[in-house]
Amino acid sequence: MSAAREEVLGRIRQALSRDPAGEIDIARSYRRTAALHGAELVDRFAERAEAYKATVLRVDAAGLADALERLRGRFVVPDDLPEEWLPPEFIRDHRQLGHRDLDAVDGVVTGCALAIAETGTIVLDAGVGQGRRAITLLPDFHVCIVPVERIVASVPEAVAALRTSLPRPLTFMSGPSATSDIELNRVEGVHGPRRLEIIILGETPD
Amino acid sequence: MASAAERHTFPELAKRAVADTQLRRNIGNATQTIRAKRAAVVAEVPDWEDLREAGRSLKEHTLRSLDRYLVQLEEAVTKAGGQVHWARDGAEASRIVIEIAERHSVKEVIKVKSITTEEIKLNEALEAAGIRPFETDLAELIIQLGDDVSSHILVPAIHRNRAEIRELFMRKLGLTELSDRPSDLTAAARTYLREKFLTVPMAVSGANFGICDTGTICVVESEGNGRMCLTLPQVLVSVMGVEKLVPTWEDMEVFLQLLPRSSTGERMNPYNSFWTGVMPGDGPQEFHLVLLDNRRTDVLADRTGRQTLNCIRCSACLNICPVYSRTGGHAYHSEYQGPIGAILTPQLHGMESAASLPYASSLCGACYEVCPVKINIPEVLVHLRTRAVAQSGFTLEKLAMGAAIRMFDNPRLLETAQKIARVAQRPFASDGYITGGIGPVRQWTKARDLPAVPSQSFRDWWRTRR
Repeated sequence: MSAAREEVLGRIRQALSRDPAGEIDIARSYRRTAALHGAELVDRFAERAEAYKATVLRVDAAGLADALERLRGRFVVPDDLPEEWLPPEFIRDHRQLGHRDLDAVDGVVTGCALAIAETGTIVLDAGVGQGRRAITLLPDFHVCIVPVERIVASVPEAVAALRTSLPRPLTFMSGPSATSDIELNRVEGVHGPRRLEIIILGETPD
Repeated sequence: MASAAERHTFPELAKRAVADTQLRRNIGNATQTIRAKRAAVVAEVPDWEDLREAGRSLKEHTLRSLDRYLVQLEEAVTKAGGQVHWARDGAEASRIVIEIAERHSVKEVIKVKSITTEEIKLNEALEAAGIRPFETDLAELIIQLGDDVSSHILVPAIHRNRAEIRELFMRKLGLTELSDRPSDLTAAARTYLREKFLTVPMAVSGANFGICDTGTICVVESEGNGRMCLTLPQVLVSVMGVEKLVPTWEDMEVFLQLLPRSSTGERMNPYNSFWTGVMPGDGPQEFHLVLLDNRRTDVLADRTGRQTLNCIRCSACLNICPVYSRTGGHAYHSEYQGPIGAILTPQLHGMESAASLPYASSLCGACYEVCPVKINIPEVLVHLRTRAVAQSGFTLEKLAMGAAIRMFDNPRLLETAQKIARVAQRPFASDGYITGGIGPVRQWTKARDLPAVPSQSFRDWWRTRR
């Protein structure tokens, strides 16, 4: 063990030595769930995602085929993306594509682990239909398919559900990349994808 | 001529900043905009006060068992394929980063915005070792290209307007045509940095949270430059203060609500990245975590000052502060500005170099009210003032305060003093205020209005009424 490690830990123990014994309780009186269900839940997610200037489409299975048909150009997709989610022209990523290859495609189509209604966020966990992180980062256009049953109401519900995703990497995305660094003017599209399209798939429940 | 130390005191720097009307307008507009955004998104959270209390108690709970939690994090990161290093101070942390770069024969590194690496002057150390650091956050790029210093912990280039940034980009990025529209300036930065993201083999980041039970590290950001640095290079080094821990993954449900709403005034910032050690086939295949003390353990030892370590660097206290929103950040002469800077800087860099900072406040308490982890900044300010006075030894101020106590204690002495003051203030008083003066009076009036002693005191007036 390094000398620095022992010294830092020693200093911490010394700093805490005059504290009363016992742990400090964590106050957990905040909401763990939000009262959002059915159509209201889906509406809230769509409205909040649009607030970040993401494009939101709501489709059923037939509508999905039409929505994908519109996509022009070469799209990279994770190697396990379902057949019915494929755009007309695609390249499957088996991790063979270099960063420059990913930089040269027109977009990417993925699924997601879940979506959060209250914050308009999609979360990718490198699970099925999502691929490695670089494929949703370098292309300039990200199309993300969100099945309605993947939408949860609140941040605590999302965090609880994502426990089983670890240790895979997680990326929370709320709209396209953005900056407010110049005079606090919000500009959408900096280094990450400049456009984000969210396709909400499935019958909206009552 | 004032000495260098005096030139860097808050009153001296603030005086210059307040005289700059353009700067005052930029900072005033910016803080007002972001305050309104924060207020709107906080108001839509019905359990905001419960979340603040959860945030505070989580941080205090973790600090109370910090040794145990650090060891737990170290084990979890190591088990997930990461390497953990410990640094007693900034120089040691910089050495660790440089050694990693040298082992890989790296001559350039890309950087995610990190105030911690500013605190330890990592860029200077890298340059001295022949390694060129590229800041990739837009504001940090503006600061780096302009050889400037940050004036806000969240939006470091808040003091620069679009015309200044356009001029800087044209000169430094070799562009012949560029408009001053923020979208065009942003696009210029994207083009400039894209090649760096694709080619530089090593990145350095800070960390917003270290999750002890899983060994997961979190960086929150907006632009995607963070994701680029955390995903594309082969080697990633994250420098994290030892206080940035949360016990469990589930605790992120609290901070992922508190931080974005307090910070950028958004329901969620555009990107949050979480990674756990090394993931085969996805992202950097070598990960180093540097745990940094750099006097944080001294802060921990001070039971009043300790709450400063709760800070999650949201910057809500800067935006609400009546002092910051007039002086801007440079007056604090630190990488940590505003109310949190006024308490953090003296504790991290030593009272001797920042004794004026605990006085850079009107103690109005607005910072405490907006703080998402309930740091009682006014309480710590007063505590640090006491420490500053105790350390200062004999001063003219102490002598004057002692004399004032005797004077206010004795009605006849007070009356005599008022008579003398009425005569003595004549050369300096106008419209009921004293401007200028000599000695300690001049020190006071340099940055403040001092009402003149009126021609008739209340006691004199009362006597004539009876």
